[in-house]
Amino acid sequence: MTISFTVNGEERSVDVDPDTPLLWVLRDELRLTGTKFGCGIAQCGACTVHLDGSPRRSCVTPVSMVEGSDITTIEGLSGPEAEAVQAAWRAIDVPQCGYCQSGQVMSATALLQQVSSPSDEDIDNAMAGNICRCATYVRIRQAIHDAARTLEG
Amino acid sequence: MNIHTNRRAFLSGLIVAVALPGLARAQQKSGAAAFFNELPEGSGELSANAFIRIAPDNTVTVLIKHIEFGQGPYTGLTTLVAEEMDADWSQMRAAAAPADVEKYANLAFGMQGTGGSTAMANSFMQMRKAGAGARAMLIAAAAERFGVPADQITIDKGIVSAGGQSATFGELAEAAAQQTAPEDPPVKDPAQFRLIGTDLPKVDSSAKTDGSAQFTLDVYRDGMLTAVVAHPPKFGAKAASFDDSAALQVAGVQKVAQVPTGVAVYADNTYAALKGRDALEIEWDEAEAETRSSDAMIEEWTAAAKAGGKWEITKSGDVEAALEGAEVVEATYVFPYLAHTPMEPLDAVVELRDGEAEVWMGSQMQTGDQGTIAKILGVENVRLHTMLAGGSFGRRATPDSHFAAEAAEVAKANGKGAVKLMWTREDDVQGGYYRPLTVHHMRAALDDQGGIKAWDHGIATQSVIMGTPFEAMLQGGPDSTAFEGANELHYAMANHRLRWAQMESPVPTLWWRSVGHTHTGFAVECFIDELLEKAGKDPIEGRLALMGEDHPRERAVLQRVAEMADQSGDYGYGVAVVKSFGSYVAQIAEIEDRGGIPHVRRVWCAVDCGLAVNPNVVRAQMEGGIGYGLSAALYSEVTLDEGGLIRQRNWDSYRILRLPEMPAIEVAIIASAEAPTGVGEPGTPPIAPAIANAWRRMTGNAYRRLPIIPVA
Ligand code: FES
Ligand code: FES
Repeated sequence: MTISFTVNGEERSVDVDPDTPLLWVLRDELRLTGTKFGCGIAQCGACTVHLDGSPRRSCVTPVSMVEGSDITTIEGLSGPEAEAVQAAWRAIDVPQCGYCQSGQVMSATALLQQVSSPSDEDIDNAMAGNICRCATYVRIRQAIHDAARTLEG
Repeated sequence: MNIHTNRRAFLSGLIVAVALPGLARAQQKSGAAAFFNELPEGSGELSANAFIRIAPDNTVTVLIKHIEFGQGPYTGLTTLVAEEMDADWSQMRAAAAPADVEKYANLAFGMQGTGGSTAMANSFMQMRKAGAGARAMLIAAAAERFGVPADQITIDKGIVSAGGQSATFGELAEAAAQQTAPEDPPVKDPAQFRLIGTDLPKVDSSAKTDGSAQFTLDVYRDGMLTAVVAHPPKFGAKAASFDDSAALQVAGVQKVAQVPTGVAVYADNTYAALKGRDALEIEWDEAEAETRSSDAMIEEWTAAAKAGGKWEITKSGDVEAALEGAEVVEATYVFPYLAHTPMEPLDAVVELRDGEAEVWMGSQMQTGDQGTIAKILGVENVRLHTMLAGGSFGRRATPDSHFAAEAAEVAKANGKGAVKLMWTREDDVQGGYYRPLTVHHMRAALDDQGGIKAWDHGIATQSVIMGTPFEAMLQGGPDSTAFEGANELHYAMANHRLRWAQMESPVPTLWWRSVGHTHTGFAVECFIDELLEKAGKDPIEGRLALMGEDHPRERAVLQRVAEMADQSGDYGYGVAVVKSFGSYVAQIAEIEDRGGIPHVRRVWCAVDCGLAVNPNVVRAQMEGGIGYGLSAALYSEVTLDEGGLIRQRNWDSYRILRLPEMPAIEVAIIASAEAPTGVGEPGTPPIAPAIANAWRRMTGNAYRRLPIIPVA
């Protein structure tokens, strides 16, 4: 079955089993490998993408559901919030192994798009679904606050 | 015989040879080393030695012999080279060295591999010498070009100059390549260090922030198939028969084949492979399977810990006599099986061609993995690319190379072409190679001054080394990873005995971040804390008194953490100090009683790891080590139910720490001129006992079984 959607601003059509999780379409078909597999059951957030502007676990999103949607992956992430987040991430060296970080950056960017100056509690709520097995959580929290301050100017 | 011992028996001939001296020869003959390290003709690059490449574009690439999975060798080892070359940090790059034991052995192991927090320690002089050698070649080239004596040349931030003349490394690379590499170049006096000891930005943060970092899972080869393996539901079971008719009906499934570890499904894409695996019907032969429950095992292990076991590890004085008639304090500590669950599940890509294979894998034991793959595939040349890995915590360092073996078996059953083998999270959580289930039994008596009159300690646990190809290294002795941290204590005791009961099970076990210290640190530091409380002593002052003057570095971290910690809140506070892998770490935890369970608010941590090459990386490893230890202290366990089925499947039931549960952490690094020691593991052991001690002192209840908050 052919399914069409927009990824990072480009029209894409894929001919796959409609039950295929978006994650595997992005990776196996479109070779957008920045989006990672960690659990496959919406527990870890490594596969987080933006679907029509909201964070979404692509591992539990059948590709049939995204027909006509607008998807952003880490490769296509842009805008002031994304830039502030990524700059803050680099400035304090958040990543350790790095494998979870695409998902962390996607969730953090979505948070700042919604809430320009998040509290610790906002961060807890927005980031609780993103596991970091290296436990870079202290720095994730700090980098989100740092990014919010940059955006305030 | 079960599946794991079978495989071990099959491989042991090869790997034992590999683990012993003489291995370099064997590997070189196999041709495995021949692939790499030759630069393309006329590239104008300087290959100063096995570790350093200087390109005409002025970048300096350091080949890192250790796998990078977040613990920082790409940054740390690159710093050593940049320091000795007087390079500019912005021109430095890091890349994985090939698997080649001749050039890239871990000097602590004699084969290529990473573990025991040795990456910095074993590389410290080697990489500095490499950098100093490259520097000498650049200076020799500059001397010719400038027409001045070498001793008039200086290098500052990557600019080589003398008088009014100057050149970049890139401009000198081609000429420098013509110079002879010095045999034993002098290295800097540490007083001259400009980069070592500073918070240089990590070389890999950028690619790990924009999704461009390449992990094994990201490797796609032309025509590659993706494979998953259906593994037995119980440890020690094996596939008796299977029906693949439904699996083969799944669109995209290309093939089903039995491999020694189960039944492999090959497909055009990942989803088809997973769907095909779900459609398999498999009869498992469970004759040799582990059918005991964790509870039953804990009962057996407890009895064994009490009895002491056959290995008497430490014996000073006469414990039995000293305990006779004394008031004896007793405690039993129980630790579950733990999975490592690195963020990136195990994966590998194997491309089989005529007489050779190319492999992409987050290999932590390159020499063993490479040899294993070569043997199974029956090829001379195995070109192994060590990929960035999404965490390991010990999981990728397997003495039996079982994952490399499975990848090779899967490739072999497929024939020529490329196959990516991927484990799902369920394969990972249920796949064994766990931190062993362990029980400690302790007895002690105090003297009149509150000193320790007798300390009797029994540990029951499986060995992670015996029965594997690494056993030869024990030379008939006990496996110290079972009791490290419990044999030599930094507390004075008049009579001390430690015994180890080696337990057996088909459940395969493995080192898990900080290895034996994960449980010995807890048992020792909780028990000592109870004894001090009983003696009416302060946990810090009491520990310092028992340490005496013989343990200055333990004392220093303990005193430092006590100074840092603000213990004035209306909360519980607990301390622990553990030396592991040559580094000393003390932590104080501040905890809050939230409805009868501890919530960790803040942690203070003091670490002495010798010279801190990159203090920022050291702090990050302490933070991560604390978070990793907290998962296990609070939530994580793998349990076998009656009959041997594994209860946990994924991160829903194998719970780990999430961001809201992470405490604030403050780290202090003790200034030191000692040679650097590891930081990947030593941050983990103290946190669990610090929490348990805080809780006991606050509530009067001692946690003696982990995790504190079982999930399922
Ligand atoms: S892979 Fe999607 S949430 Fe873990
Ligand atoms: S950086 Fe390793 S899992 Fe997050």
